[in-house]
Amino acid sequence: MRCWIERQRYLIDFTFSSLMRRRARNLMLFAVYALVVFLLGSVMLFSHAIRQEAALLLAGAPEVMVQRLVMGRHDLVPASYLETLKRFRGVQEAEGRLWGYLFDPASDANYTLMVPSARDREHRLEAGETIIGQGVASARGVDVGETLLLRSPAGEFLKLDVNDLLSSDSQIVSADLILLSEADFRRFFRLPDGVFTDLALRVSNPREINTIIEKAARTMLDARFITRRDVLSTYESVFSWREGLLLALLGTSIMAFAIFAFDKASGLSSDERREIGILKAIGWETRDVMAMKLWEGALVSLSAFVVGFLLAYAHVFLFSAGLLDPVLKGWAVIFPRFTLVPRIDGLQIATLAFFTIVPYTAATMVPIWRAATTDPDMVMR
Amino acid sequence: MIFHTPIMAMLLASGLSSATIVWAAGFGIRVLRHWDIESGSARQLAMERRTHLVSTALVWMMVLELASLLLFVFNADRMSVMFAGSMCAVGTLNANPFGFPALMMKTAVFFGATLWLLVHRVDLKGRDYPLTRPKYGLLIAMAPLALAAAGLQLTYFLGLHADVITSCCSRLFTAEAGSIEAELAAIDPGPALLLLFGGLAVVLGLAILTRRFERAVAVYALAAALFFVADIAATVSAISPYVYEHPHHHCPFCILKPEFSHVGYVIYLPLIAGTAFGLAAGLLPQRPPPASMKTELPRIARRYVAISAGLFAASALVALVAIARSGLVLL
Repeated sequence: MRCWIERQRYLIDFTFSSLMRRRARNLMLFAVYALVVFLLGSVMLFSHAIRQEAALLLAGAPEVMVQRLVMGRHDLVPASYLETLKRFRGVQEAEGRLWGYLFDPASDANYTLMVPSARDREHRLEAGETIIGQGVASARGVDVGETLLLRSPAGEFLKLDVNDLLSSDSQIVSADLILLSEADFRRFFRLPDGVFTDLALRVSNPREINTIIEKAARTMLDARFITRRDVLSTYESVFSWREGLLLALLGTSIMAFAIFAFDKASGLSSDERREIGILKAIGWETRDVMAMKLWEGALVSLSAFVVGFLLAYAHVFLFSAGLLDPVLKGWAVIFPRFTLVPRIDGLQIATLAFFTIVPYTAATMVPIWRAATTDPDMVMR
Repeated sequence: MIFHTPIMAMLLASGLSSATIVWAAGFGIRVLRHWDIESGSARQLAMERRTHLVSTALVWMMVLELASLLLFVFNADRMSVMFAGSMCAVGTLNANPFGFPALMMKTAVFFGATLWLLVHRVDLKGRDYPLTRPKYGLLIAMAPLALAAAGLQLTYFLGLHADVITSCCSRLFTAEAGSIEAELAAIDPGPALLLLFGGLAVVLGLAILTRRFERAVAVYALAAALFFVADIAATVSAISPYVYEHPHHHCPFCILKPEFSHVGYVIYLPLIAGTAFGLAAGLLPQRPPPASMKTELPRIARRYVAISAGLFAASALVALVAIARSGLVLL
């Protein structure tokens, strides 16, 4: 074993000095390789981080949301549904939620108006008060202590005093959010008492969720039940599909890179041929020359992979993935500014290695063998 | 779900490796028919030259197959969030009828690839490449397996749809389910642990015997294969419940999850590697032994046996530590 390690060490040493002798040529290969890793790595890191972000946000969401459908469209839910749901064994808590959208022609943006939950003591509001997201504040140019004026769909104006701004940590969900009291909300949208936008259920044992939904669906035929798990798996599917589609498109660049690597490995310079010839003439076997060439590939692969991955990491987590933003995130007038929390996992690194190192190795194998089996007298003649 | 990134990576890998294995098996047929190390004919020289390419490509592809199995299991676990009713890899693999057959076939290819790599390593040590024929024979046997594994994997991935409601592991690994998984889960923990640690004692005893009796290596190889089955049975029946600290949770896949410190990998990887080393040791001794490796071949076989026994002991030790640290009392 020790002998084997020593042998590999000498081979690496020799390969490294050989790479250094042809610096310009290898640098070009290295740059293209690192660029491919950077592109694919950016897509993967970004998509994974955004999926994790969604999972973290949804961790605090209710286990089940109940909507009422009329003619297949989402409609207001009467309070009587709430009473029915509370009676199911296993339902820890049921609450009516009030939220809605408002298009604001002044800033050309959509706002989300919402009444904070009764359990949310931090955001408790009296009539005439509001707490707004950072995006709304900058779109309307208002700050804490100032007044926010909203025009309702019926044309009436609602004047609200801005009590506070929502923390910028939660921008991904709160940028377009306007919190207001229940009385203001009902007056603004001319909503009668006893109806809600939807209902939120808390279930203490997650294994009981499906049974509760099954039972409830039998009595509430016009209700639609959406579980937190459904939302999570939809996010997971949508973002992994977007990531996959982008990578499939980038597949052409992997193909081009493999052809480039094949070409580079095939076109041996006369110097390289002479070097291999001399090595074989002084006793190196074909197997040794192949090992040397494979080490050459491994060193280039490893360094390009590390550099490309680090660049991708910096691009996604330090520069907010400027190049990928519109494709993977989506867009809106009030767009939350958020920095993704750095997250890397083994599966991503392994997948990225499969996408880059495997095609490179496959493309260079035959040229390496051809070079290594050259007869010494042929090249030195 | 074909556009899921790890799925595309696995399809790329399996496409490349099965193409390489089939191409190399074609070369293997030529080797079986015409290989004659004594001959200096142009055909023999061309074949010798080509073996360098074939064996290097195969080493890479076999390593890729090994990595691909790990990725397959890890990814199945990660994708479980996308399927209603699924809690771990079992739910994802159960999402269509091709999941488990694909896993079985990939595991068979994994064993085949490890065996091939070990035999290849020994072959390179002899100056006349004494194991070239058996090595290519093994490769030809492996080619249909690799193709079947790639085909099943592709069918499985093509048939994966997010709207499928699948079964959770707690439904599959229960004594009432009436399947092979259920049979394993139904074994009492006492006999299961006796099977594991008794089996380990037998395996270690046989490993000591191989030091003295060369023929014991073949028996050891058989014992290694049986120990693999015994260990899996014990994991489903007893070790998993100890890890989860829940007497009725028998899933052998949930122990791969991060919440259980990925302990499953530390149990399975040495177990699989140990089995592969044991089987490879059984393949090595030839009658009569090749002249170039008369003393070397039995020595390597004994070393493989020692490595295999060490890996089995390591896997069982991890299981023992998991049992000792568990708050559950089954016995």
